[in-house]
Amino acid sequence: MITVKVNGKPYDVDVPPDMPMLWVLRDVIGLTGTKFGCGIAACGACTIQLDGQPIRSCVTPVSAIAGKSITTIEAIGQTPAGRKIQEAWIALDVPQCGYCQSGQIMSASALLASKPNPTDADIDAAMAGNICRCGTYVRIRAGIKRAAGEAA
Amino acid sequence: MTMQTLSRRDFMIVMAAAGGGLVLGCRVDDRSDSATFTPNAFVRIGADGRVTLVIPQIEMGQGMYTALPMLVAEELEVGLDQITVEQAPPNDQLYRNSIFGFQSTGGSTSVRAFFEPMRKAGAAARMMLVAAAAGQWRVDPSACRVERGVVTHGTSKRSLTYGALADRAAKQLVPTEITLKDPKDFTLVGTRAKRLDTPSKVNGSAQYGIDVRVPGMKIATLAASPVVGGKVASLDEAKAMSVKGVHQVVKLDDLVAVVADHMWAAKQGLAALNVTWDDGPNAHIGTADVLKDIADASATSGVVARKDGDGAAGLARAAKRIEAVYHVPFLAHAAMEPLAVTVHVRADACEVWTGSKVMGRAQATAAQVTGLPPEKVTVHSQLIGGAFGRRLEIDYVTKAVRIAKQVEGPVKIVWTREEDMQQDVYRPYYYDRIAAGLDARGRPVAWTHRIAGPSILARWIPPAFQKGLDSDADDTAVQMLYEIPAVQIEYLRHEEPVLNTGFWRGVGNTHNDFVMESFIDELAAVAKADPVAYRRALLAKSPRALAVLDLAAEKAGWGQPLPAGHGRGVALLYCSWNTYMAQVAEVEVSPSHEIRVHRVVCACDCGQMVNPDIVTAQIEGGIIYGMGGALWGEVTLKNGRVQQSNFTDYRVVRMNESPVIETHLVVNHEKPGGMGEPATACIAPAIANAVYTVTGKRIRQLPLQPALTSVA
Repeated sequence: MITVKVNGKPYDVDVPPDMPMLWVLRDVIGLTGTKFGCGIAACGACTIQLDGQPIRSCVTPVSAIAGKSITTIEAIGQTPAGRKIQEAWIALDVPQCGYCQSGQIMSASALLASKPNPTDADIDAAMAGNICRCGTYVRIRAGIKRAAGEAA
Repeated sequence: MTMQTLSRRDFMIVMAAAGGGLVLGCRVDDRSDSATFTPNAFVRIGADGRVTLVIPQIEMGQGMYTALPMLVAEELEVGLDQITVEQAPPNDQLYRNSIFGFQSTGGSTSVRAFFEPMRKAGAAARMMLVAAAAGQWRVDPSACRVERGVVTHGTSKRSLTYGALADRAAKQLVPTEITLKDPKDFTLVGTRAKRLDTPSKVNGSAQYGIDVRVPGMKIATLAASPVVGGKVASLDEAKAMSVKGVHQVVKLDDLVAVVADHMWAAKQGLAALNVTWDDGPNAHIGTADVLKDIADASATSGVVARKDGDGAAGLARAAKRIEAVYHVPFLAHAAMEPLAVTVHVRADACEVWTGSKVMGRAQATAAQVTGLPPEKVTVHSQLIGGAFGRRLEIDYVTKAVRIAKQVEGPVKIVWTREEDMQQDVYRPYYYDRIAAGLDARGRPVAWTHRIAGPSILARWIPPAFQKGLDSDADDTAVQMLYEIPAVQIEYLRHEEPVLNTGFWRGVGNTHNDFVMESFIDELAAVAKADPVAYRRALLAKSPRALAVLDLAAEKAGWGQPLPAGHGRGVALLYCSWNTYMAQVAEVEVSPSHEIRVHRVVCACDCGQMVNPDIVTAQIEGGIIYGMGGALWGEVTLKNGRVQQSNFTDYRVVRMNESPVIETHLVVNHEKPGGMGEPATACIAPAIANAVYTVTGKRIRQLPLQPALTSVA
């Protein structure tokens, strides 16, 4: 049995220690907001936050999370940066299909929390790992800037 | 907004069909409130005043859960905030897409097909509600007005809500003559109304097919033969079963699946199976074989799709003759949501949970595989995490039901990214021979274009394949607007049985626009003319095309100086979607020949817009999607196997590569045009032409980046 703390709540899960956190969240705990995209940390759809840092849950074994606290899309709105990002996303209608947006929002929230006024280069660096096939990048960039403006 | 799915049995009696594609149904449901007003298959109003709009099209990001409700709400006179959106169940009669003839979402058809039916559904309902109020007050219906679902009588100021009128309205006759608003009077349609699906898509609550969880469900992953036509040769079942959490190995002729408690165990189990394959007849096919086959085939004449004057004679007489060969590769869709289908097969019924753009076909394939009658198959439609044409196919539903038939209880079958990419239904390989004759001043006097490639329509909707012509494969080419006295467009059907091919955001148009708009640029270069001016001179009879070309050129600063290594390219698009578009791409080519797109300016006239913000989003996203295909997208074959497997070797556009995109929309009340695909089709030639401006290299194949690197 491994104990993981997700969105402030502890879960005891009976899974192999090498099982990626993505599948623990989705298939065992039942939090499906975190998405499967590639399985090899190449697309960012599965991004969650570990102590405020964005990590790819599809390659993070549950054993690496044991005893630590993670935040997923379901609770990111309870952080100031997460709430501002979500509000900006709604104001600009950023999502299209929406499937990658959990990961986009987790990466963008982490960026905003660490850099309240990110430059375009900061946005490129923080968001290049999150693929959106609907091509919402123009609005993601605008959304981060909008959220930053309101953060100031 | 909440989303629900109706079951088939909610619609038991189909009453009558009225004109314009509005099919009226009577909802007979024992559980429903008898006071519920259900004037047609799209509108339901309860005594509590709740307005439910049943949406025939699926939502895959293109905004149909917002645009179609806007059309109904406009005529029904309710606010978007007053409605609940409900996904229609599979029903090819009630929810028929008039362009395809059955219920389907694709081909940039949703607004075009439902612009009138959705408005009529709303207007008919409003007329019946008003008639009910007028009857109660004994006044003339024309003396009543409606605002936000409240009917008010003009002089007496009496008013009743739609909820209060629902019972009485249900007893009204469905009007035979429905008067629609003059588009000039629209108050909602044409506005940048907020999308109804956004809130659920920013907090993880939106549920896609891959997120489905039903009680007792197992999770499976699969591997199908990596070579088309191959079979399972051997596998190590015991080793797979020894993985903790694995319950079952399903072995079928051409695929295997491992059923487990969770995806991790299923994946581990599949790896442990160590499957070997009997590859069959396509075992040694490579991309070079495909290219040689199609090139050889295209040496013979095709079926004539358009003929103005005598193209061959025109070429022979011309002062100068220019010829070129273009070709484009197979492409994967690589939507963000890997394919996933949950299925529960029982002795007497089957349930399927997935996102499909052809729900009736999904239901039919499940019925065929299980041997059950279609009415015993329930399809629970889910949000789709990007489709781009992929989910117009049902191969994945068929596979899932074949697997689930071997499993006790419900099972969710999830494709790995690798399986999704290597078992796609790919954008076809196309090969084009194009030629033009120029007069002494460089103006084209003849244009011939022969397209070779598979016919998707012949397989997908056979009646649409007529006399050897596929209106998708030659789309854009046949509608060419340039004024040229002799034009001949031919299509040559050439199938590639080594790989399954199908729709890919724009399909025929994405390849034809690349060929035509690159080639017209070649002609401009031969004529030593400015590419915009050269096109303008040929568009005198196409004012809407000319207007978007001028608008894009002006907004892009066409002709203004750029830094060294930068250049602009222009492209125009017009085709069966009835949308006019022009794009100007501003591109940099580095000393190491790396192409970087800095800015794209797009001008678009798609006629009456339902929601300009969604139109803009489709342009922004279409450009990004098309840009990835244009620069890097390529699926190659070696030993019959697709060589690409994930985003590491199938490169797509990322944030740091995304250009500035500026969209300029023409506002008018012309007939609505399709907007899902044009921007994808138009970007490749705009970039290719910009690359030529910078480098002087004319790239006649996609993807552009490796082709430029190899010739630079």
